[in-house]
Amino acid sequence: MSGHDHGDDGVNRRKVLECMTWAGTGVLWTITGGVPRSLGIVDSVQAAEAPGMTFLQISDSHVGFDKPANPNALGTLEEAVNKINAMPAKPSFMIHTGDITHLSKAAEFDNAERIISQTKLDVHYVPGEHDFLDEEVKFYRDRYGRGTKGQGWYSFDAGGVHFIGLVNVVDLKAGGLGNLGAEQLAWLEDDLRGKSKSTPVVLFAHIPLWTVYPQWGWGTEDGARALEYVKGFGSVTVLNGHIHQVMQKVEGNVTFHTARSTAFPQPAPGAAPSPGPMKVEDAKLRSMLGVASINFKQGNQPLAIIDTPLQG
Amino acid sequence: MKTLNRRDFGVAVAAAMLLPVTHARADDMEVHIDNFTFQPAELTVKVGTTVTWTNRDDIPHTIVSAGKFRSKTLDTDNQFSFTFTAAGDYKYFCSLHPHMTGLIKVE
Repeated sequence: MSGHDHGDDGVNRRKVLECMTWAGTGVLWTITGGVPRSLGIVDSVQAAEAPGMTFLQISDSHVGFDKPANPNALGTLEEAVNKINAMPAKPSFMIHTGDITHLSKAAEFDNAERIISQTKLDVHYVPGEHDFLDEEVKFYRDRYGRGTKGQGWYSFDAGGVHFIGLVNVVDLKAGGLGNLGAEQLAWLEDDLRGKSKSTPVVLFAHIPLWTVYPQWGWGTEDGARALEYVKGFGSVTVLNGHIHQVMQKVEGNVTFHTARSTAFPQPAPGAAPSPGPMKVEDAKLRSMLGVASINFKQGNQPLAIIDTPLQG
Repeated sequence: MKTLNRRDFGVAVAAAMLLPVTHARADDMEVHIDNFTFQPAELTVKVGTTVTWTNRDDIPHTIVSAGKFRSKTLDTDNQFSFTFTAAGDYKYFCSLHPHMTGLIKVE
């Protein structure tokens, strides 16, 4: 890495903008000087040997979904959990980027909990719009809202990394996208105040914080405000769900990444009349569902995200 | 479709004759949700008309007109009806997928 002389974060600020989509087996990406570099196809054994802290991202379980795109969303969540349990090295914890359930029914939350708890990992949740559908909007909050602020946002530290869980599925405006709101943005600014700029930051929320495809509502109205607050930090990773496919973009010091669903795939932006569940051949379904494993190595800050489908 | 025999045909005719009585009033209107869009997206109706929305997607949606009406979450094939008793423009949207918008003009 050359030409990095900006402060103590060791990151080349050369502006890089790339947008990629993959389907298929796991690809290990490492970020050096803000440039993503593929290390090729890897399996979970190699992933486990990567040094540093590893955590998992799981997303869009849609427990209760039973339509043709996947008649058994609970079953594929269980397959994902089995895959996690079979990992040779235990990750530090897991984040779930929302849409745990399909219709926010108590039984759906209970079933999701019954399966996900089999990982015996700490799980940090943020809600998707499918988790706030019950009349009183209390099932999610009763289970996962304790100790959170506002509609359920919070932060925590692990392995020297500052994690921030945001809620962008509430109070959506007609014609608009995902929404963080003034109260949450003020909290975020305050949460980051005084943090060393060399602290790696991970922002996670359900709907992408970057504009993926506004025609389908895939973006967050005031996401750019949140990104302003993390601008000075040397390493920022933004992890989202909602779009049920892997997408990555690197912009300067910020890496954006979306995870696969464990329930059903959705079409690539504009590739279908709507973003609704995509029915694929039964044999292909499991190659389009999966989990992501994220590895942080302290020091020169390479970052690796490995997306592992349920079936290669 | 298979050909109707005479007896079935008779039943079908009888059912059709009953329709004006058993079915909704003639000026009631329908909006379908297909592929994350309201169809028609814009609808003009007379005062007193009941509009019924039907969700035909595999994903739940809502019908929300700020300060006017708000449906529960509609799962696949669920319906929501609202009777418009005052003239005006009623903009509405899906609170889960806010890029979905529609308009009922009541005259």
